Amino acid sequence: MLPNFTYERPGSVDEALEHGSSEGAVLHAGGTDLLGCLRDGVFSAKKVVSLSGLEELRGISPTRDGGLRVGALTTLTGVASDPTIAERYTVLAQAAASAASPQLRNQGTIGGNICQRPRCWYFRGDWHCLRKGGDTCYAIAGENHFHCIFGGSGCYIVHPSDTAPALQALGASVRIASRSGSRTVPIESFFLLPADDIQRENLLEPGELVTEVLLPPVASGTRSVYRKVRDRGAWDFALAGLAAVVTMPGDSVETASLVLSGVAPKPWRAAEAEGALTGARLDAETIARVVAASVAGALPLEHNGYKVALVRGLMEETLRALA
Amino acid sequence: MGKDSDQTRSQSGISRRNFIGTLGAGALGAAVAGPGTATTQEAQSAADGHLVVALRVNGRQVRAAIEPRHTLLEVLRDQLELTGTKPGCARGECGACSVLMDGVPRYSCMTLAAEADGHEITTVEGVMQGEELGHVQQAFVEHDAFQCGYCTPGQVMAAEGLLRRSPNPSIEEIQEGMSGNLCRCGAYAHIFKAVSRAAELKRGGEV
Repeated sequence: MLPNFTYERPGSVDEALEHGSSEGAVLHAGGTDLLGCLRDGVFSAKKVVSLSGLEELRGISPTRDGGLRVGALTTLTGVASDPTIAERYTVLAQAAASAASPQLRNQGTIGGNICQRPRCWYFRGDWHCLRKGGDTCYAIAGENHFHCIFGGSGCYIVHPSDTAPALQALGASVRIASRSGSRTVPIESFFLLPADDIQRENLLEPGELVTEVLLPPVASGTRSVYRKVRDRGAWDFALAGLAAVVTMPGDSVETASLVLSGVAPKPWRAAEAEGALTGARLDAETIARVVAASVAGALPLEHNGYKVALVRGLMEETLRALA
Repeated sequence: MGKDSDQTRSQSGISRRNFIGTLGAGALGAAVAGPGTATTQEAQSAADGHLVVALRVNGRQVRAAIEPRHTLLEVLRDQLELTGTKPGCARGECGACSVLMDGVPRYSCMTLAAEADGHEITTVEGVMQGEELGHVQQAFVEHDAFQCGYCTPGQVMAAEGLLRRSPNPSIEEIQEGMSGNLCRCGAYAHIFKAVSRAAELKRGGEV
């Protein structure tokens, strides 16, 4: 049984922010990550503030600039099956469809998916690790098959979200509300590395709430894809994944956005690979250069060197499919 | 369930009781109110920290006094005595506890009972057609889609949800739709056939 807590289900965002600001309060969107964390004692809650009464945070609608607003409580199923997202923001529809299982996608939300906590088994287990305020990362000398090859320092988690790299590749932003007002932050700067803050995966302050995800308009001729590699055929987190958004009006690539999942503590932009792709013809020579650039700076741990080869393969397969 | 209904046979000659023992006896506990008596849409706080939730479970209005930490799975099994829904991993991985909420499959072990307040819940007891097996159950029997049977109620509910959303699924859709339910006996090939058959039965095909 879960440890005890009180439960509130406010009817307005203001009321939710009020409850969410009290000491020991946690926000409950779909609850699929929260309940697991509470059950495993990753953190505790005095009060669970359910967002399920906030109808205004559900649904998908066009924005004035020609983009799309996705309410933070829209389920992953809702994102994956939306016709506009499937057509214009294919990478996001594919990423949402590849997350978790059908039941969890029916329950889990896009806001919750980008704010979920890491799956590192030391973090989830009984180890008082750095991310939980301890003084050791047990993954360094431990079972680190599923840990990061980029961006680790002190702590070597990977960010578990599939939709976050897709959103980053699309240049999306998140709208964040708090009692003192609201702000819009590009996804690119929403996530943090251990070097920025070893106990947080994003810049949300206590009492803040992601209310919506904003997708910019897409240029015509944009092609996008999310490719995910798992240990098994279905229902698992990414060993590695690639969200690619490419515009190619003629023979050569005009813009390229390549963001990796499953390999870093945050969605990882393969900047050198993007540089090698931008302005080039999408031929075998370019692809070879991009593949080599995609793993520049990779620092595998003892058991996760296979992720370097996996990223190379993902990059090659994805670019060939787009060519 | 009375003696007469115990002897009721479905067309395949399998009675409700010997299908799977735990699928039977859908009698609700003391928390059941008569139809229409529970109109509360919001969880009410009780003085002792309990919440009162109003659910519609398998077509019946139910009020239950719960603790905030109780999951829907715990309330269904322990308070409403609907033990067809099975506890498995208790961490949203195996699917044994799958139920429908407003017609959509989800894991009852990862759903706070308070979150189900005001919603329509369907459990495996709710897909019977009177004393006859429901279409999905019937198809599972026909195709021998289980061995030990523990995961079966969850599999049935995942299939029920899938077929409500997609009445004529391809094999790929079936595999994807059933991917949130593990079967440790490995009856997957038979499960996929059964779901395909259930789609036929639901569409009014030959029984």
